Amino acid sequence: MSAILIRGGHVVDPSAGVDAKRDLLLKDNRVAGIEPAGKLNAAAKQEGAEIVDAGGLVVAPGLIDIHVHLREPGQGYKETIATGTAAAAAGGFTTVCAMPNTVPVNDSVETTRWMQSAERNPSARVFPIASATRGSMGEALTEYGSLKAAGAVAVSDDGKPILGEAIMHQALAAAARAGLPVIQHAEDTRMTGGCSMNAGALAFRLGLRGMPVAAESSLVERDLRLLAELKGGRAHLHIAHLSTAAALDAVRKARRNGLHVTCEVAPHHFILTENAVGEYNTNAKMNPPLRAESDRRAMLEGLLDGSIDCIATDHAPHAAHEKQQEFERAPNGITGLESALGLTLELLHRKHKVSLSRLITLLSTQPANLLNLRGRGTLAAGACADVVIFDPKAEWTFRAAATRSKATNTPFDGWTMLGRVRMTICEGRVVYRADAEGNRPANG
Amino acid sequence: MTPGKATILEPPSAVPPAPTPAAETCSRSLLSVTALSLNDVSAILSLATQLEAEEPVARATRLARRRIALLFYESSTRTRTSFELAAKGLGADTALISSQSSSIEKGESLKDTGITLRALGAECIILRHLSSGAPYLLAQATGLPVLNAGDGMHEHPSQALLDLRTILRALGRPEDAPGETLLNGITVSITGDILHSRVARSNALLLPRLGAQVILCGPPALLPEVARELGPGIAIERDFDRALKQSQIVMMLRIQKERLAGVHIDLDEYTTRYQLHRERLRAGAPQAVVMHPGPMIRGLEITSEVADGPQSVIAEQVRHGVPIRMALIQRALEPAAGPRKVRAQAGAKKRGGAA
Repeated sequence: MSAILIRGGHVVDPSAGVDAKRDLLLKDNRVAGIEPAGKLNAAAKQEGAEIVDAGGLVVAPGLIDIHVHLREPGQGYKETIATGTAAAAAGGFTTVCAMPNTVPVNDSVETTRWMQSAERNPSARVFPIASATRGSMGEALTEYGSLKAAGAVAVSDDGKPILGEAIMHQALAAAARAGLPVIQHAEDTRMTGGCSMNAGALAFRLGLRGMPVAAESSLVERDLRLLAELKGGRAHLHIAHLSTAAALDAVRKARRNGLHVTCEVAPHHFILTENAVGEYNTNAKMNPPLRAESDRRAMLEGLLDGSIDCIATDHAPHAAHEKQQEFERAPNGITGLESALGLTLELLHRKHKVSLSRLITLLSTQPANLLNLRGRGTLAAGACADVVIFDPKAEWTFRAAATRSKATNTPFDGWTMLGRVRMTICEGRVVYRADAEGNRPANG
Repeated sequence: MTPGKATILEPPSAVPPAPTPAAETCSRSLLSVTALSLNDVSAILSLATQLEAEEPVARATRLARRRIALLFYESSTRTRTSFELAAKGLGADTALISSQSSSIEKGESLKDTGITLRALGAECIILRHLSSGAPYLLAQATGLPVLNAGDGMHEHPSQALLDLRTILRALGRPEDAPGETLLNGITVSITGDILHSRVARSNALLLPRLGAQVILCGPPALLPEVARELGPGIAIERDFDRALKQSQIVMMLRIQKERLAGVHIDLDEYTTRYQLHRERLRAGAPQAVVMHPGPMIRGLEITSEVADGPQSVIAEQVRHGVPIRMALIQRALEPAAGPRKVRAQAGAKKRGGAA
């Protein structure tokens, strides 16, 4: 392995409390040192390190997205592990956690291993999240211990809820024994049959059946009750893609009562409202749906006051022909890996004055902590050499057509973004490098 | 920041609804009544009157041999037949494609069906579809003018326009008054399965803009409170008799069993509370005009005596469908030719009346 000296950058590493100009030396896919300017020059010279000039740029631990859909195995026409992680690298992500709603569902040690194989040609580290129940059918638990040993970092039936009360209780208890979090897709599907957007006046006018807020909040409340009943155990419940004020309030309350519950929010849920559906724009269709302005504001407040633990994109690529259908028929989901940093910097950092350190906490430090990804989300000596270098002041226009993903289903096409990724290094390997002007290279 | 484009600097409440993606829809389409200006509404009413009065042979030269596709994913009697007669009345060739006897059965998408029809020379597509918003997709995919002949639970704009014409004729009100005063002082009650009704939405979105008050009436399961937020000039009244007392126009709707999706309705109770029968009409609205967009379920929301009675204009509604749809087709294919003539003639008529 070669060595890389990243010189003159503004290093932001919340895990070590670093928020200053520092040089960073990476060696043999580990962080070798982080020191004031010049102090690593000799060591770098000795290693024959590549020198990266990061003057005026932010150097941070690689971003971590704990909620992506990479579509492999089985749906390579939407995305592959190679293309999805290439998009991740271009967006500054060095680690992604892949949801199990593939074909077949990832409920086995074999699939879990297959997804992590170097043969998938990934540009970012992939940690599988295995299904909580066999085939995500909600009936029988999968083998949490062996799945963890094979590399799974959590269990979830994402795309669907773990709906039955008894099976959810079993899942929380078994996951606690195995030391895995249970990630819940909180949707009481008994309230959302045939629904394709948020319930309310807009859904009524558009003649679309709406998903009520209670479909999310009531299942979160149910799960929190189950978690409370297991108190004393080590069960960790993580709520995926939180979207409603009511569910966030339930999470806050449970935390005050000492329950181990965490949650994530997707950029689209703190940036967009249901109005983005406009005239049946299927790129604004996802599950949970875009909500009302009051819910969007609540998500923003949750990020600002710390009650939301992290940002996760719910990157959900689909083929163009699938989204070019009647609104009710089009599948749920949008891509997110290449727009997350730019949107978050624009809205949280520039508009709401959230510090860069807090932002990296939400996009890297905390996601690593939540799923116990050791040596990730930090630039401490000995940590994985996962680094993102970005220009925090660069403005650019996001073009869906230029994505590295196979899919272009995003409502943010043409939006102005703040903060351009200049280089992404995953386990010591440069997986993304912008051209000399800071633009995305033509071929990638 | 580049100006103009939506950016997240603004709170999203200030960001307009996402613009329709990439492809433009043809401005001569009619996808929703909300896209019609009051001038458009007046022009359509005048054009309908003009076309209705034209000598049939001359009228049939207007769109001679132009190709119009009728694409019907749902069954229809009135709408389909009147669109077809309207197109033929203007001399156009029509082709009917229904989901049961076409490649739609083999899984062909709406987009591909539209592109196929365009390749076959269709210049306008009239679409009925079970999915709300489908006409927007078809209009984007083909770039052709698309006339929405009813989409899911969303809208049925040509029905609202023919209902408007029926109301004006039944009340003997002028059709050439300024748009916003056309229905001043008129209260229209719409009663029944509002939730699943595209007719209710199109009427409730159109009629208040023309000066009318709209009262929506029905049980909560078929009329959620949120319906009030459709727009200004809309009220909800759960008591049918109270709604009748305020109404000059009484519009009844069928319960759409095919869209109930698990909602359970006690039909006996529904009939007791919401059926329009002779005694109720006599007591509540003895002078009112009774309308129904069809299909009716006689004995459920309306009795035969009322449907066939002297206050009913239900057959008139059907009759007005043809001229209104002729105007919509003419507007879709030859927007320049139609309205210009109409304005000239309307002006001449006014002067003549004053003399």
